[in-house]
Amino acid sequence: MAAPKKAAAGAAQDKIDGGSPPEFTKEQELKALREMLLIRRFEEKAGQLYGMGAIGGFCHLYIGQEAVVVGMQMALKQGDQVITGYRDHGHMLATGMDANGVMAELTGRRGGYSKGKGGSMHMFSKEKHFYGGHGIVGAQVSLGTGLAFANHYRGNDNVSVAYFGDGAANQGQVYESFNMAELWKLPVIYVIENNRYAMGTSVSRASAQQDFSKRGASFNIPGKQVDGMDVRAVKAAGDEAAAWCRDGKGPYILEMQTYRYRGHSMSDPAKYRTREEVEKVRHDQDPIEQVRNRLLAAKVSEADLKAIDAEVRDIVNASADFAQHDPEPEAAELWTDVYR
Amino acid sequence: MPIQVLMPALSPTMEKGNLAKWLKKEGETIKSGDVIAEIETDKATMEVEATDEGTLGKILIPEGTADVAVNTPIATILADGESAADLAKAPAPAAKAAESAPPAAAKAEAPAPKAAPAPQAVAEPDPEVPAGTEMITQTIREALRDAMAEEMRRDADVFVMGEEVAEYQGAYKVTQGLLQEFGAKRVIDTPITEHGFAGVGVGAAMTGLKPIVEFMTFNFAMQAIDQIINSAAKTLYMSGGQMGCSIVFRGPNGAAARVAAQHSQDYSAWYSSVPGLKVVAPFSAADYKGLLKAAIRDPNPVIFLENEMLYGHTGEVPKLDDFVIPIGKARIVRSGSHVSIISWSNGMSYALKAADELAKEGIEAEVIDLRTLRPMDTETIINSVKKTGRAVTVEEGWAQSGVGAEIAARIMENAFDYLDAPVARVSGKDVPMPYAANLEKLALPSAAEVVEAAKAVCYR
Repeated sequence: MAAPKKAAAGAAQDKIDGGSPPEFTKEQELKALREMLLIRRFEEKAGQLYGMGAIGGFCHLYIGQEAVVVGMQMALKQGDQVITGYRDHGHMLATGMDANGVMAELTGRRGGYSKGKGGSMHMFSKEKHFYGGHGIVGAQVSLGTGLAFANHYRGNDNVSVAYFGDGAANQGQVYESFNMAELWKLPVIYVIENNRYAMGTSVSRASAQQDFSKRGASFNIPGKQVDGMDVRAVKAAGDEAAAWCRDGKGPYILEMQTYRYRGHSMSDPAKYRTREEVEKVRHDQDPIEQVRNRLLAAKVSEADLKAIDAEVRDIVNASADFAQHDPEPEAAELWTDVYR
Repeated sequence: MPIQVLMPALSPTMEKGNLAKWLKKEGETIKSGDVIAEIETDKATMEVEATDEGTLGKILIPEGTADVAVNTPIATILADGESAADLAKAPAPAAKAAESAPPAAAKAEAPAPKAAPAPQAVAEPDPEVPAGTEMITQTIREALRDAMAEEMRRDADVFVMGEEVAEYQGAYKVTQGLLQEFGAKRVIDTPITEHGFAGVGVGAAMTGLKPIVEFMTFNFAMQAIDQIINSAAKTLYMSGGQMGCSIVFRGPNGAAARVAAQHSQDYSAWYSSVPGLKVVAPFSAADYKGLLKAAIRDPNPVIFLENEMLYGHTGEVPKLDDFVIPIGKARIVRSGSHVSIISWSNGMSYALKAADELAKEGIEAEVIDLRTLRPMDTETIINSVKKTGRAVTVEEGWAQSGVGAEIAARIMENAFDYLDAPVARVSGKDVPMPYAANLEKLALPSAAEVVEAAKAVCYR
């Protein structure tokens, strides 16, 4: 009963109509490729380390969704804040956080961004304006609205980007936040990363309104559906949304149609979808392959691309090495950072 | 027979009000629904509508009279065919009203009496106030407002947000005047969305702003408790000390009067069990002011539990430019050697009344106002118990997993050998708050219960 329904839901979204996004320059393509590759290789390594028992607890990988955060980051400027949920490793790397610090947090070591006390879902960087890393589904939407409130209060022209998934989009506080954001014209971009499954529940089984770009309609918040597998489309939409926010026009919603290749977490066997569905997206729409193919068509050499891959692998391998050899936090660390 | 119009109660906690204005004159015809007078309470100005028809016979309380007790006859209405001569036949005011309201004429000329002072003992001087400091008398409501206003003048990053805090001037008038002084940018009316605006406040605080988030009552903060605990209290730790938030969540907590189960819960125990939060629950006007200022300056999230029953109470507040009371210090408000009574917030009302009663029977109680529940001033409790050998805790919340249970455990851990009797707990009864007046009274602690418990631990 459930199986055909799932297949139908998947098929309905297989064709993501992205229109024709503006072309990237070669430099932009190379930057996007490198950033997306860094996230993918990092996540693959994290998956390996999890399998080896070096990473504990929950570990939610971002593989497949890389174009969303990389494209959005290309639309931001210095001082813009980013906040997201628990599938957060990609966001941290995209904001420029150090791979060693992120990986060491995953392994619970003292060199981790939170000194080993936060773990996969709870990391922050004041320096990179990354506000977490939140384990409670939907909480980051109100918090991200608060970041925008602070920009508005201070009268700067920064925007905040609050990322959340298709599952979180059904939480009540999301709509409380939408209302306040539009009411007070707060500069926040709500990026709904629709990867089609909230853990094991497909969008069609959980959402009455499956066009997430319309979720702000009753608050008069404009929204747009975006091909979240095409980094150029993401960047173009991000530019548009950021300009809207910086103009003082209030919040903007971007539904990024994307897909995660791995399970919800490392412990998810992903029985709710078919292997064919995953393979089809990987084959037809992979965000990294799209860029690679365009670069090859533009006569960038295979060797140049391999060099990027090698550089990224070095960073990731070094982070894995660091994260496994860095000592655990001192026992006394248990008692610090409760109050300041 | 002429009908008496009584001073109406316009809110669950109103005990008296000012008769601001008569809108009908003696001899004027009145229809049911006509607005006949305006009453000012400390929260609002309200219109009094006639519920009976006839002619306004006599105005018993002239306009401009302050502090008219609820249920005092304020006018008489003559029915058709009745005349002023019939006024003599009006029934004598109800005993309760007569007791609390002196004759109208006398009252109009007398200076307006001060609002009822909170029952606070002054046996022990406040160590935070230098000797000889000039004191001003103000209500707790005013003390809270002044604390916020002073801190907002001092620091542009401080702002207040919540339901009805700005244009309405505060559901309980605690934020009165703040909008006028600081403007809509810093005094922000929110939609009725506790979960959402608590999160917005925490997000703003994570960037370094210092929000004061008012909950109309802490009962409504249950909608927001995820943001308070999971986002505000834990972020500093989860970020390895990188990112915390300086934020105050404040509003009335616990039972008000006759508002029943969903509006009458004491959250002292809930919040005080959470590391990362500080929890303050003062009793005296001076402590309300000094501790709210400290809470606003504190770099951590602070839960500031107020009590609606106390808002109108007055107390002496030091007239100092910057009166700040450190968080985490209890105060001995009455010293004694026979038994330690430990309480906070409105529980102190029962504790202090009980201490007076006990003194009449030769039992000298030492009364400790905790003021802060987290971090708890264990030292002051333990030193007192070492002296008295006996302890009674008093709280309006439930006993199970309550703050009294925590205090009892700490006494056992730290002063077991000094105890001459098991610690006794006086608490709210183990039921949701009932509505009926008699049952509500039974559900709350009472001075009599505190007296009984103190005698029990003294084996008297």
